[in-house]
Amino acid sequence: MILVWLILIPFIAGLLSWQAELRFGTKYPRWIALIGMLIALGISIWLWLAFDYTIATAGEKPDWVIEYKAPWIPRFGISFHFALDGLSILLVLLTNLLGVMAIICSWKEIDRNVGFFHLNLLWNLGGVVGVFLTLDLFLFFFLWEMMLVPMYFLIALWGHDTPGGKGKVYAATKFFLFTQASGLVMLLAILGLVFVNYQTSGVITFNYEDLLKAEMSANVEYILMLGFFIAFAVKTPAVPLHTWLPDAHSQAPTAGSVDLAGILLKTAAYGMLRFGIPLFPNASAEFAPIAMWLGVAGIVYAGVMVFAQTDIKRLVAYSSVSHMGFVLVGIYAGTEIALQGVIIQMLAHGISAGALFILCGEIYERLHTRDLRKMGGLWSRFPYLPPITLFFVAASLGLPGLGNFIGEFLVLIGTWSVDPILTVVASTGLILAAVYSLMMIQRAFHGPTQDDGHGHGEEKLEDLNRRELGMLGALMVIMLWLGLYPQPFLDTSAAAMQHVAAVYAAAQPEAVAAVVGVTR
Amino acid sequence: MILTWQHWAALSPILFTSAAIVAVLLAIAIKRDHFWNVTAGIAFGNLAWIAVAVLFFGPLVAPETIPAILPLKVTPLLVIDNYALFYFGIIIVCTLACATLLQGYLEGYSGNKEEMYLLLALSALGAMVLVASCHFASFFIGLELMSIPLYAMIAYPHRSRRSLEGGLKYLVLSAAASSFILFGIALIYSLVGSLSFAAVGTYMAQPGPVPGIVTLGGALFLVGIGFKLSLVPFHLWTPDVYEGAPAPVTSFLATASKTAVFAVLLRYYVEARGHEDGDLIQVLTVLAILSMLVGNVLALLQNNVKRMLAYSSVAHFGYCLVALIASGPLAVEAVGAYLITYVVTTLGVLGVVTLISSPYNNDGDADELEDYRGLFWRRPYISSILTALLLSLAGIPVTAGFVGKFYVIAAGVDSQEWWLLGAVVLGSAIGLFYYLRLMIVMFMDRDRQQRFEAPLNWGLQTGGAMVVAVTLASFVLGLYPQPFIEIIQLAPLVGP
Repeated sequence: MILVWLILIPFIAGLLSWQAELRFGTKYPRWIALIGMLIALGISIWLWLAFDYTIATAGEKPDWVIEYKAPWIPRFGISFHFALDGLSILLVLLTNLLGVMAIICSWKEIDRNVGFFHLNLLWNLGGVVGVFLTLDLFLFFFLWEMMLVPMYFLIALWGHDTPGGKGKVYAATKFFLFTQASGLVMLLAILGLVFVNYQTSGVITFNYEDLLKAEMSANVEYILMLGFFIAFAVKTPAVPLHTWLPDAHSQAPTAGSVDLAGILLKTAAYGMLRFGIPLFPNASAEFAPIAMWLGVAGIVYAGVMVFAQTDIKRLVAYSSVSHMGFVLVGIYAGTEIALQGVIIQMLAHGISAGALFILCGEIYERLHTRDLRKMGGLWSRFPYLPPITLFFVAASLGLPGLGNFIGEFLVLIGTWSVDPILTVVASTGLILAAVYSLMMIQRAFHGPTQDDGHGHGEEKLEDLNRRELGMLGALMVIMLWLGLYPQPFLDTSAAAMQHVAAVYAAAQPEAVAAVVGVTR
Repeated sequence: MILTWQHWAALSPILFTSAAIVAVLLAIAIKRDHFWNVTAGIAFGNLAWIAVAVLFFGPLVAPETIPAILPLKVTPLLVIDNYALFYFGIIIVCTLACATLLQGYLEGYSGNKEEMYLLLALSALGAMVLVASCHFASFFIGLELMSIPLYAMIAYPHRSRRSLEGGLKYLVLSAAASSFILFGIALIYSLVGSLSFAAVGTYMAQPGPVPGIVTLGGALFLVGIGFKLSLVPFHLWTPDVYEGAPAPVTSFLATASKTAVFAVLLRYYVEARGHEDGDLIQVLTVLAILSMLVGNVLALLQNNVKRMLAYSSVAHFGYCLVALIASGPLAVEAVGAYLITYVVTTLGVLGVVTLISSPYNNDGDADELEDYRGLFWRRPYISSILTALLLSLAGIPVTAGFVGKFYVIAAGVDSQEWWLLGAVVLGSAIGLFYYLRLMIVMFMDRDRQQRFEAPLNWGLQTGGAMVVAVTLASFVLGLYPQPFIEIIQLAPLVGP
């Protein structure tokens, strides 16, 4: 039941903050939303600390730490089925943490329709938490699609119309169309799986554990796997289906970007780990080279595209695409080390990209531009903002000692045994990342100061206040933790990842499954 | 044939609806008063749905006191079974909803208001006869009884050019479609020798190829039905009529009349063994794909909300045809589920359009996209309702529309109709685009003066209450569809 509350709290807090604005004014919604998300974060931290996630998974059936099941639509064998394991708890933690950050970072930025804004933000977060917890494929699709609607409103209503861009409504609609249409393809695949299972077992069910046992021919498995993969590839996003992401990011409000980069993109990776590979292990193993090369294409292509960006948020958006390429490579490499790397990479990228988008938002609030060509020399105008940005940029380029390094390093080690050439090409992404990240720092913070046309080129700008420093400081601490002592996180996800790796290894007998445990 | 009490009891929903017509007629004759004349009709309308509920649920809830008398054939023309009762229920609810909307809407109309309800009840009676028909004669009577009052209802504000044009267009094209149907029936009769659906089914079940004349008759019949359901390429009248008709009449046309035609099509399809006719299925497949794609693409190009909804209804009946063609064990259930979600949503959307245009200004409705600009900031609740209902039309989870779409896709996957499913996915993706466009317009430019201002007390009116009720129904259907599924499962069709 605690799992249901984890999902319901954001929904209820969202409704309350909307009503609070209508009835009591604009001061209360933020506090209600913040308290709601802090409660959710508290519950998820408690869940993380209180339970033991290291139980080794014996045999075929995955073990759940907590499980909740109640009938919903018995006609189709659909139930409210939620469960928690090491994989879900880490992503739920990330979601709730970034949810709190998203509320704090929009404290000053959002001044119109505050209540409705928080309604959308919290419903989106609640939907994402639901996606991370559900074990019923119907419910998974239900929440998967449902969480897009609030995101659409966040971009379309509180976004920015940057000059030269195509506008926030265009970006929001593009985001919605891409994800929704690919979602429908996944619905077809889910129903296909259910009816295939029905033909052999005679039972209509959407329950994950039952569908794991579905028997099907190799062709059917491949087609169904593709249906899932398309939906996940659009959301990850994998090149060439990534074009919605830079548009959405450049128009979204800060909280929307944090949400999108930090959390929404992770739902796709989660979907592959939880559903894509375990449901269709043989087809996934067959498809793996294509998926991994798509990941590499994303790493390199997006890494090159970053150089062409002048909008600082588009720049971070493309670097996100590049970093998520490592996640795709790691998932389909399928060795335990690579999968553990994927987990750390997801957490670290969620925090670093989230923090960078927050910083972009802070810069925009002060300069009213996100154009790199109009920045320059900012280091002398702020005491704190530039070094903090440098910290997160360094994290994002994979500096040892920070989280992303651990993630990318483990992914590359884990992939080496599967395909050395691919690993070599993928590692060029690290070099590209170093170059474009430092270039961004150089262009934004160093060099001569730019005159903004009103003769205000030299004086100090208002620096980060305590709210912003506290928020970013917390993220920096977590980032260092991830980079210096990732063991608690690795221990949490180990059992779940061993299970995925075992399923995957069983599907490819000839593959050299690396069994060198990082966790022992 | 002697009618026993069972027959009368089975016919009671139809009889109460007829009584509503007489009641309105007499009430107008005694004293012309908008409120009282409507109430007279609505009282009998309520009796009609109570009769439906008693006949449907009575034998289940209290088997000792209410004996099960259904299914029952009343004369060779009509059959009253749970299937017919289910659609009776939908038609009566649509009619009452339309009456409540009309009440607020016609307050501003300068001419005689009361005759509208007479026409409405007549048309509802026709729809009910249509749903219960198992014979070409009753089918045709029902179809015409439903359509002819609609001509007058569409052109009711006869000083408005657009309404007159819409009414006339519907009259001419509908008459042409009726003659197609008549000719088709005649051709089928010429070889089958009987007008009952079951006899056609027996004839089709004979081994050997179907003679060309019967196929031609079936094709002509399908043209007429395609016109009534506005399937592509017989959809040309739809946008003009939707736009010209007063908004409440549009809601009746879009829900009750189309549902009735689809229900009888499904009955004919099952009882006359249409699902064994490969040619028919191919033709229907083409019609469905065309309707989904053309309907959605044309809806994209509209700036008028009613025209957009017209094209979107073209697409929706394309989706519904998918459920029909995928005639596996799921077909009747899937069509029922789709129609119920479609009706709930469409009633709500057109209800909101009506509420915003009420009272009628003797000129036109709030149907331009511009009329909705910034509505959310002035009327947060009514626009939230419209947003939710548009998401339902788009088939987004949590709303009723998703359940309908889920059923259609499930039926399609079950029978492996991949081309149709491809069109469903493509059509839905295009559809999202124009629903989103209308939705987002409501949230933009908060400070703009508008031609139309929904009166602040809309929530207190019966029409407003109706819209709130269907919105709630849409959420209940979307979140907990199990009870509705059980009701639909109680209303099956049994083939010959």
